[in-house]
Amino acid sequence: MSSKADILASIRKATKGRKSAAQRRKDVEARISEHPAGVLPEGPRTLAQKTKKFAEKAKLAAASVDIVSAGDEAQAISKWLRDHNLPQTICQGSDARLKKIKWPRRGGPDIKTGPSDGSDLVGLSHGFAGISESGTLVLTSGAQNPTTINFLPENHIVVVDAKDIENDHETVWQRLRRRYKNGKMPRTVNMITGPSRSGDIEQTLIMGAHGPVRLHIIVVKGATNAARKSRRA
Amino acid sequence: MVEVHSPEFKENSRKALKDKQLQRALQHVRGNFIDKRAKSIADLPEFEALRDNARDIKNHALEHLDLYLEAYEERVVAQGGHVHWARDSIEARGLVLDICRKVNAKTVTKGKSMITEEIALNEFLEKNGITPIETDLGEYIIQLRGEHPSHIIAPAVHVTKDQVAEDFKKAHTHLPPDRSMDEPENLLLEARGILREKFIAADVGITGANFLVAETGTSVIVTNEGNGDLTQTLPKVHIVMASIEKIVPTLEDMSQILRVLARSATGQEMSVYTTLSTGPKRKTDVDGPEQYHVILLDNGRSNMLGTEFQDMLRCIRCGACMNHCPVYHSVGGHAYGWVYPGPMGAVLTPQLIGVDKGGHLPNASTFCGRCEEVCPMRIPLPKMMRHWREREFERHLMPSGQRRYLQLWAWMAKRPAIYRLATNVVTTGMRILAIGRGRFKKFLMAGSWTAERDLPAPQGGTFVSQWKRQRPEQVR
Ligand code: SF4
Repeated sequence: MSSKADILASIRKATKGRKSAAQRRKDVEARISEHPAGVLPEGPRTLAQKTKKFAEKAKLAAASVDIVSAGDEAQAISKWLRDHNLPQTICQGSDARLKKIKWPRRGGPDIKTGPSDGSDLVGLSHGFAGISESGTLVLTSGAQNPTTINFLPENHIVVVDAKDIENDHETVWQRLRRRYKNGKMPRTVNMITGPSRSGDIEQTLIMGAHGPVRLHIIVVKGATNAARKSRRA
Repeated sequence: MVEVHSPEFKENSRKALKDKQLQRALQHVRGNFIDKRAKSIADLPEFEALRDNARDIKNHALEHLDLYLEAYEERVVAQGGHVHWARDSIEARGLVLDICRKVNAKTVTKGKSMITEEIALNEFLEKNGITPIETDLGEYIIQLRGEHPSHIIAPAVHVTKDQVAEDFKKAHTHLPPDRSMDEPENLLLEARGILREKFIAADVGITGANFLVAETGTSVIVTNEGNGDLTQTLPKVHIVMASIEKIVPTLEDMSQILRVLARSATGQEMSVYTTLSTGPKRKTDVDGPEQYHVILLDNGRSNMLGTEFQDMLRCIRCGACMNHCPVYHSVGGHAYGWVYPGPMGAVLTPQLIGVDKGGHLPNASTFCGRCEEVCPMRIPLPKMMRHWREREFERHLMPSGQRRYLQLWAWMAKRPAIYRLATNVVTTGMRILAIGRGRFKKFLMAGSWTAERDLPAPQGGTFVSQWKRQRPEQVR
């Protein structure tokens, strides 16, 4: 017998007789298609409260957060780079939302489009969603937002629209299903809560293990129409 | 297989208790983990309800494990990935080697994975000319030391900072010998630099999986360092090593369990990185691995289904049971002699390596019940340790002296009059003998017990005689 057949047979031996095979199959199909949400921690109701809680929780996880109005992203990013003595050089993917950021004609940062090869100091991504429950960002992979940008640069800046902040994971999974359809997934979904860290030496927490040392989140209030459209695309 | 030292548990523990370095390191477990968990749980009123649901989800998944595994495989394949099934360590190692050889792999980076420890993958790859590099800081440290993890989520918890500095000095000889290594920050920075190069050079990346999601064909890893992500994003090939019980039905089910996992493990609401991977790099992707393989390992787990040990398969490897275990606090993880320490190890090890080798471990318990109290998956660990003790007894694996006393006790216990008489005689006798001291340094027939501890003398007669004396006032 193949290993697969052997393992499945061993499992079936234990579960045999409790329910008919047809019923078992039906139960499994129902669970997958209905995907019940389960116990959801109570969360804020309004957009403003969600944004506030998201920012608080992200800061508790040692991220920095800047809440700005639509159109002010460029200024906020440049200022953060200056404040941290970083060069005005950014690595980012081909994301339409990021392309809408209005950099000044002159004096804007050098933008390298594509994945990171490890030599970039600053990466910029567009978050698919934020989760207010824990201050978590959800990023999806693709040419728009390559995964390497989330991990290789020492500084990671993520732009997320306030309208994309949800209370819990479960709401985000619903959105993901609508976006990708038929049980398909992007190659990688990254849930990121704060910058990288390790507690492996004498249980002392040290920031900046293998991933970014700094995570800066720019929450954009009142996203423009263009931004909303690109999100739906 | 990792060399098994579980039969020497008593000997190992004795050494551990005398090891000053280790005892100092273990203090970090006692303080840190317990306080952080308590605080994070106090902040979430729904925690107990989530625990119930997490338990129910896993029970449902285990009852339908065959179907969920098949659904999972179908989804992985539909998205361009490969699924391989392995009955045991030998098959699993062979599968990894095959995949590595096909791409002429020289170095393999590894995210933290307990089942690669279980199948002793590193030793095997080395023998076959492939260099495995552990990338989790704790795992990297113990790989340099030629050791095995002593804790399932904090593998190097037994190592002190000074020991790490020494190990790094020995291993990283190309760096200036007089560099500053006093602060843990320096050590982390040094490891980050060294491992960065390894990540980029590796041909294959191997990670474990905290969950496999049947609905989407997704494998999930949870880390704080981001090492798992670099391991699985940069090389051409990503191999996921997962045991069959990691299956959950849906993304929602995963999220329910995630909420209890991080809190129980490190006291975080969420670990820094929870990463969902599905298949290889897509046509339009600009990074990610070209090949994605999942190796599904059974290694004795399917045999636990339908037995009194089935509940153990709900374990999500959070480490809370060992963080709260007085025995673990005293002897650390290596004393358990194999891959899985603490209460969960005491239950799992006899199953995975045999009760003849692991049968001592279920005795390493004070039956205080804290492990079950804190286990987010509500696994009745003490009850299962008792099951193993019974099995050990049935199979005559207990020393004959212990067996004879237990048989004598059982005979008397069925005869209340004789039992009461005998216990009264013994307690009265013990009280007289212990007058003025209150405890025994040595006691007849209990020499090995009293060698490491004192036996308190009985106070105030047997339970039944005290009951008789006190009941009238209290009941009326
Ligand atoms: S037995 Fe429970 S507490 Fe122990 S590691 Fe497993 S899930 Fe965590």
